[in-house]
Amino acid sequence: MDIGDFIKKIENEIEEITPGVLKADTNYRNIPGWSSMHALIIIALIDTEYNVTITGSDIRSCQTVNDLFTIVKSRV
Amino acid sequence: MAFLSVNNISIKGIAACVPKFTESNLDYGWISLQERELLIKTTGIKNRRIAADAVCTSDMCYESAEALIKEAKIDRNEIDILLFVSQSPDYFLPATSIILQDRLKLPKTTMAFDIQLGCSGYVYGLSVISNLMSSGQFKKGLLLVGDKSSFSQSKKDKSTYPIFGDAGTATLLEYNGQAEKIDFNLQSDGAGYKSIIITDGGTRNPYKSSSEDLVEVEPGIIKSAKNLVLDGVEVFNFSLREVVPNINGLLNYTNTTLDEYDYIVFHQANKLITETIRKKLKVAPEKVPYSIHDYGNTSSASIPLTIVTQLGHLVKNNSLRLLLSAFGVGLSWGSARLKISDIVCPKLIEI
Repeated sequence: MDIGDFIKKIENEIEEITPGVLKADTNYRNIPGWSSMHALIIIALIDTEYNVTITGSDIRSCQTVNDLFTIVKSRV
Repeated sequence: MAFLSVNNISIKGIAACVPKFTESNLDYGWISLQERELLIKTTGIKNRRIAADAVCTSDMCYESAEALIKEAKIDRNEIDILLFVSQSPDYFLPATSIILQDRLKLPKTTMAFDIQLGCSGYVYGLSVISNLMSSGQFKKGLLLVGDKSSFSQSKKDKSTYPIFGDAGTATLLEYNGQAEKIDFNLQSDGAGYKSIIITDGGTRNPYKSSSEDLVEVEPGIIKSAKNLVLDGVEVFNFSLREVVPNINGLLNYTNTTLDEYDYIVFHQANKLITETIRKKLKVAPEKVPYSIHDYGNTSSASIPLTIVTQLGHLVKNNSLRLLLSAFGVGLSWGSARLKISDIVCPKLIEI
């Protein structure tokens, strides 16, 4: 599993993110226009791509893209 | 395991009724235009029908039932059972089904009762009424299903208000010794009861003046204890976790594969959920009809409403193999396998 690939998948799924802007240490809550709807989109993406469940508390506890990636990696 | 097969029952007709009044999520001024557009794109919900104060679920179900009785040209004295499935009854008591028995001028020999279920209600209701009728002692039955979800929502709650629409439906069932069996796989998990809940107004937390107090739960969500609560992430994960195994269980039990079905009709929860499930099941998009764009999440009415609005032109002169899948509040979920042939399907009714 590669974080670059993970970021690319998120960028593909969320049109509002300009490709290249999202980095491993980006706090996704600070992305302009971030909403709870994006959390659902990312949960769906992770479920489809990695067959991993991300809970509401995971989303609340994570800050950065890398935090999220670490959780996914630990559950694959 | 709650697998169930029911013999000798055919569906004779399905009708649906929605309020005339349309609300567009593009006009939902509580959130920014950018958020509205994202909401529409993600959930698929553009428009919703909202009932006037004076219109109840039972009124929409009544209109559907009347249209069905007239178009199927049946004698209402032959209806032996009426089942009303809803979480928005007319009164705390008596049961709404009994009021509808009289209003529809059904005989006093009709058995009538309510079942209190939401999203999973159509599949559950179908299992109960068909099972009661399968011995042949009841010849015809009416399954009335729907909700006026707008009744319990806070307009200042972006997590619920733009999601739900109102609708009431009617399904006419008939005893038929030649009918192909109907199969069900029904499940429950009360551990998730808080995921979709109205906390005040029942006997656990009786209605009190503070039930009206508006509280800001999080940005964009201001509601009181008499309003509907929906934990989006929890419900989303529940659906992704449980629906596919439930459908696979039904497929195993019936020894069928998804290729053998003409359509998979999902409860119209939210398009992101159903599309993720569809992809997991590897079903082609054209086999999964949607009514969610124009009507929103219509609770238990969503499956019959989708059949009427999206498959209505096909069901009148064709035989269709359907897999129904419904999931949500309870938590409660289930699926059904059935064949419908040449059914009566009046045009969508608007009141």
